[in-house]
Amino acid sequence: VTRLASPIVWAWTAMILVGLAAPYLVYPVFAMNVLCLALFASAFNLLLGYTGLLSFGHAAFLGSAAYVTGYTLKAWGLPTELGVLAGTAVATLLGWLFGALAIRRSGIYFAMITLGFAQLVYFVIVQMPWTGGEDGLQGIPRGKALGLVPLDRPIAMYYFVFLAFLGGFFVVHRAIHSPFGQVLRAIRENEPRALSLGYDVDRYKLLAFVLSAALSGLAGSLKAVVLQFASLSDVHWHRSGEVVLMTLLGGMGTVMGPSVGALLVIALENYLANMGSWVTVITGAVFVVTVLAFRRGIVGEIRAIVKRSFIGVKP
Amino acid sequence: MTQALFGQLLIGLINGSFYALLSLGLAIIFGLLNVVNFAHGAQYMMGAFAAWMAMSYLGIGYWWALLLAPAAMGLVGVAVERLLLRRLYGLDNLYGLLLTFGLTLIAEGLFHQAYGNSGYSYPVPELLRGGVNLGFMYLPLYRAWVVVVSIFVCTLCWYVIEQTKLGAYLRAGTENPKLLQAFGVNVPLMFTVTYGFGVALAAFAGVMAAPVYQVTPLMGSSLIIVVFAVVVIGGMGSISGSIVTGLALGLVEGVTKFVYPEASSVVVFVVMAIVLLVRPAGLFGREQ
Repeated sequence: VTRLASPIVWAWTAMILVGLAAPYLVYPVFAMNVLCLALFASAFNLLLGYTGLLSFGHAAFLGSAAYVTGYTLKAWGLPTELGVLAGTAVATLLGWLFGALAIRRSGIYFAMITLGFAQLVYFVIVQMPWTGGEDGLQGIPRGKALGLVPLDRPIAMYYFVFLAFLGGFFVVHRAIHSPFGQVLRAIRENEPRALSLGYDVDRYKLLAFVLSAALSGLAGSLKAVVLQFASLSDVHWHRSGEVVLMTLLGGMGTVMGPSVGALLVIALENYLANMGSWVTVITGAVFVVTVLAFRRGIVGEIRAIVKRSFIGVKP
Repeated sequence: MTQALFGQLLIGLINGSFYALLSLGLAIIFGLLNVVNFAHGAQYMMGAFAAWMAMSYLGIGYWWALLLAPAAMGLVGVAVERLLLRRLYGLDNLYGLLLTFGLTLIAEGLFHQAYGNSGYSYPVPELLRGGVNLGFMYLPLYRAWVVVVSIFVCTLCWYVIEQTKLGAYLRAGTENPKLLQAFGVNVPLMFTVTYGFGVALAAFAGVMAAPVYQVTPLMGSSLIIVVFAVVVIGGMGSISGSIVTGLALGLVEGVTKFVYPEASSVVVFVVMAIVLLVRPAGLFGREQ
């Protein structure tokens, strides 16, 4: 019996091939930006898509990590890897702190609480003396990978980011396709039932939250190294809304959806970059249309069509 | 010393009045429609802009604006409910939040494109200019007016919801809309009117705020995040609870501004964290 390889294997292969070729096809900084935000959205999807928790404050993790990485590289001269690690660690810690408080309420309150905490982080970063206030941190050195390969070369930088992205994406993938991920889905579908089956629901939620925050932090750290600056827009609530849009547009609860969404949203923003506030208007309109017309998102709709046609072939 | 403290307390009380008005509207909408109206801040901003535009383009003054801007925005709200929100009932309530978030981006983007970043000032109406010297502090008349009117409007809403037949329908709809409909009440119409009323209330707050703060396209979004925190602290279960919480947090902010100004922008969120630790359901909330 010949058996087609699972769609997941196909998707991974396609993703790696596209990823390897990308810097020769498009502007490398654009590709790196997409990778960072795709990782961010995938981490976010772990919460929204698989646990059913809508965090409206994920910019706090992305942004704080970007600032910490930027500062440790610039002011302390840490090696690039350590700087990225430091940013990720701070985001993880923040995730644990905010997560432990936010999971005490559920549903819509959870969204409001995370939004509030993110605003707290925003104000703290605005006021801290080392963050550069309105100007942000600029001129962050990229350094060398493993102390050998200078990352100022775009190609080297790209593959550094791509490797880190694959690592982070793999963690998300493993988390989803594990008993842990199954429990998360059970919580999403029916929390009281998961509780009555004996699962420590709060612990699972917290673990998912911390994992998501840590990977968002990794994305933020990488972004700071790539773009060589950290700015207030990374901690602003617009950024938190943007990652919701990426996930929703691509398809929440799908492995590839958030990355597809990130690619589309970043491409859209780049394309409209000199149209001023129309970017915000169009982003909002995309939001409205997605919520009203296709809530499964692009990948989710494709999956539904594929499933339907397969069922049509053999009942 | 006391001058400064009372000055900050007054500012706190004014901020608190707006927190109370806005969280009240949010609570009414959420109670019946099960929608968290993220656009509440944008609607407040549009109320303020409506007043400013009426003044600059049509020469319509404050008093008419106080009536017309909420009415116009209420109609916008009715249209939004009829055309958009209605399609999401019965789904997970996060979609309502996301839809209204999208609407917020559209509204803010449009106003930002048209009016830029800078603020526009709206003159205090002639009748309410000047102030009274109370001995321990100087009280500008308009500010006193804002506090008194906000408390009056909040109390009126509380009275209508808790003590009248109309309010009884509203509360019944909050508990069980299907049953209420079975008794012959036009529940879909009630949903529309309630959303329109909530939006009008936000716009009313916006007009009230226009002479106090600068009218800017982004005036609503920073406010609404604080109001969400207020809602988390108070819990949306009780009308009087959200009014009291709003005013109290405004005062807390005022005191903080006096004692340790750097923390004034974050104190509400810190209070939120403490409340989550001590009373996760919120001060006036019920555990679901």
